[in-house]
Amino acid sequence: MYFDLNDEQQAIKSTAHDFLGARFKSERIREIAASEDGFDDAGWKEMAELGWAGLALPEEWGGQGLGAVELAILFEEMGYALAPSPLLSNTIAGLALAAGGSDEQKERWLRPLAEGSLRGTPALIDAGGPAEPMKFSMQPGEALTGTKTLVLDAGSADFFLVATADGGRHLVEKNAEGMTVTAEESIDPTRRLFSVRFEGVRPAATLSGSGEEYHPVFHRACVALAAESTGLAQRALEMSVEYAKDRQQFGRPIGAYQAVSHRCAQMLLETENSRSAVYGAAWAADAEPESLPLAASTAKAYASDAGWRVPDAAIQVHGGIGFTWEHDLHFFLKRGRANAAMFGDAKWHREQVAEAVLAGETAPASA
Amino acid sequence: MDLTLSPSEEEFRDEVRSWLQENHPGPEPAAGLDEVMSFRRDWQLKLHAAGWAGISWPKEYGGRGATMIEQAIFAAEATRQEAPAPANVLGLAMGGPVVIAHGSDEQKARYLEPILTGEEIWCQGFSEPESGSDLASLKTRAVKDGDEWVVTGQKVWTTFAQYAKWCMLVARTDPDAPKHQGLTYFLMDMEQEAVQTRPLVQITGEGEFNEVFFEEARVPDANVVGGVGNGWAVAITTLMNERAGLAFGAISQIQNSLGRLSKLARETPSGGGTAAEDPYFRQRIAQLHIEVETMRLNAYRGLTKTMQSGIPGPEGSLGKWQWADINQDLTELALEIEGAYSMLARGSEHAVAGGAWQYGFLRSRANSIEGGTTDILKNIIAERVLGLPRLR
Repeated sequence: MYFDLNDEQQAIKSTAHDFLGARFKSERIREIAASEDGFDDAGWKEMAELGWAGLALPEEWGGQGLGAVELAILFEEMGYALAPSPLLSNTIAGLALAAGGSDEQKERWLRPLAEGSLRGTPALIDAGGPAEPMKFSMQPGEALTGTKTLVLDAGSADFFLVATADGGRHLVEKNAEGMTVTAEESIDPTRRLFSVRFEGVRPAATLSGSGEEYHPVFHRACVALAAESTGLAQRALEMSVEYAKDRQQFGRPIGAYQAVSHRCAQMLLETENSRSAVYGAAWAADAEPESLPLAASTAKAYASDAGWRVPDAAIQVHGGIGFTWEHDLHFFLKRGRANAAMFGDAKWHREQVAEAVLAGETAPASA
Repeated sequence: MDLTLSPSEEEFRDEVRSWLQENHPGPEPAAGLDEVMSFRRDWQLKLHAAGWAGISWPKEYGGRGATMIEQAIFAAEATRQEAPAPANVLGLAMGGPVVIAHGSDEQKARYLEPILTGEEIWCQGFSEPESGSDLASLKTRAVKDGDEWVVTGQKVWTTFAQYAKWCMLVARTDPDAPKHQGLTYFLMDMEQEAVQTRPLVQITGEGEFNEVFFEEARVPDANVVGGVGNGWAVAITTLMNERAGLAFGAISQIQNSLGRLSKLARETPSGGGTAAEDPYFRQRIAQLHIEVETMRLNAYRGLTKTMQSGIPGPEGSLGKWQWADINQDLTELALEIEGAYSMLARGSEHAVAGGAWQYGFLRSRANSIEGGTTDILKNIIAERVLGLPRLR
């Protein structure tokens, strides 16, 4: 029993922390957020050099072969830095290729993806549908027709993994005939969303996986995203504590008042709970896969709430200045709120937990 | 990172598990605190004979010298099997560790063994009517008279005072010193005329706690622990000791309650089906599961940290706070599931589950007060974990 990062994991954390802190200062994030395509090519190249594009992808296909715990560490730091990057969508596409692709498909798309020279993104949600995880309505076939929406980072992706009603994944390259990519206006300007219209588009490949293989990919994606939300909460908490120590009103730092200090204590509780749930789930993904679905839903449900509520509380601690565009907090609130709704919201994940625990057998209590 | 038990920890758990299965005395007597106490005395003797009393105590003092993880395993397993508490809970968790840490050799020789056997029950005399959260402001006076001290004052919330032989008493020995420095920690003999206890009836109608009155009660100088004027530091050790093992027992207890809550939901009609099929109740129950799981994982992270640094940090306050919140939410939800039947209390023919949830609802109101109020825990977290400025 040892529930903490080991030395190697600690090193990944501090490398990520230092690199991201230096690369994504407030001015740079604002430039990227205000740019036409929202994509930071120089930042991507540096991340690829650090091996992050393939961090949790198999070594034999050019990845680093690390696990979900290391992925969670990296994404917690990505959230802390509010890094605008297609790393999340690219990682999910890579995990799906690794889970369902043939050797030939992996050689052709996974290897360059893991090395950072090609970027992929999943196209999952059918426009107009219920946007429920792992349920798709687009019909499979030699040609794909329909609209996928809420597609992450489509503007800078080289290929799409398109999900169909049978649970399959079809690889479509960016310049395929019959495909139109349209930018949506996301509440989070640091992560862009798109709609992709397919009109009789012929996929470059169909992965051999039939659906089940992608469930662990989905659960890992939930854990990575929950880790990112934990990082957002951690940063918002730290900003609040600093501010509450400095800001004077009625002749004292506002952090001396319990209305403020108890709010900060609540933020810490939610951040620590979120972190524990994330690392519990990440550990399960690597070491105890049978408990991953419940652990991932636990983490995603908790972090969905904490990831926006903690930045929201941070705005209240900051008062008027926290409501200005000039202050960075609104970016954290917006990212946290978007994360809350992505890959199943808290309500959806709580229902998965209810399904598991109300069946009559409770989760076995370790130790 | 490794959330599994090591082979030797697994072996320990299996040993605890099978011993408890073979020796479990069954449920506690349903009525009468005297009967319950005598039942728990028998149980403690059995625990002691097998070496399970004082498992955290060093071996040289009659304990098992168990690691923190083993203590956690024992607490979790005992609660999971709903084993009774030993009679002398406070002596084992607080009194013994204090004597071991601060007591003289004579004190160790005199007090430790009867704590382990349960022959002498201990109680804790800290809180006073005018000194709750601000414990260091306490007013009970101890005045030196030859080789004795004369104690006058009142304590409150004193669990098991009516059964106790010894009271861990903090009293003011120097009224002129700053409030934290004028205190001394005594072992007070409760069996004397000058000490009177009176049960304090709480909102459940029961009297778990007592008021204790000292009217020129006598305590020998030899019963000072840790030196005159050192009472605050000694008392703090007691409170630190209280937390470590309790957390894992508390988590198992909540897991048991959650299992019963799920059963209640499955058996209670709601709409056309059961409460377990009602989306609103499903969401609430799931959220409780999620919070209990985060509390459990937090406790393991805390344990890893404590095992590395050697001392429990102020982060432990998060667990106590969360435990109180969850226990209250859980019993509130049970009453919501029962609906109109939640109006019926224990003893009523149509009360659901014998009225256990109604009792639990009332009893859990104290969870955010006893052992450090949630409001004070938030102060501790703000000041000692986050480093925010003190109000005082």
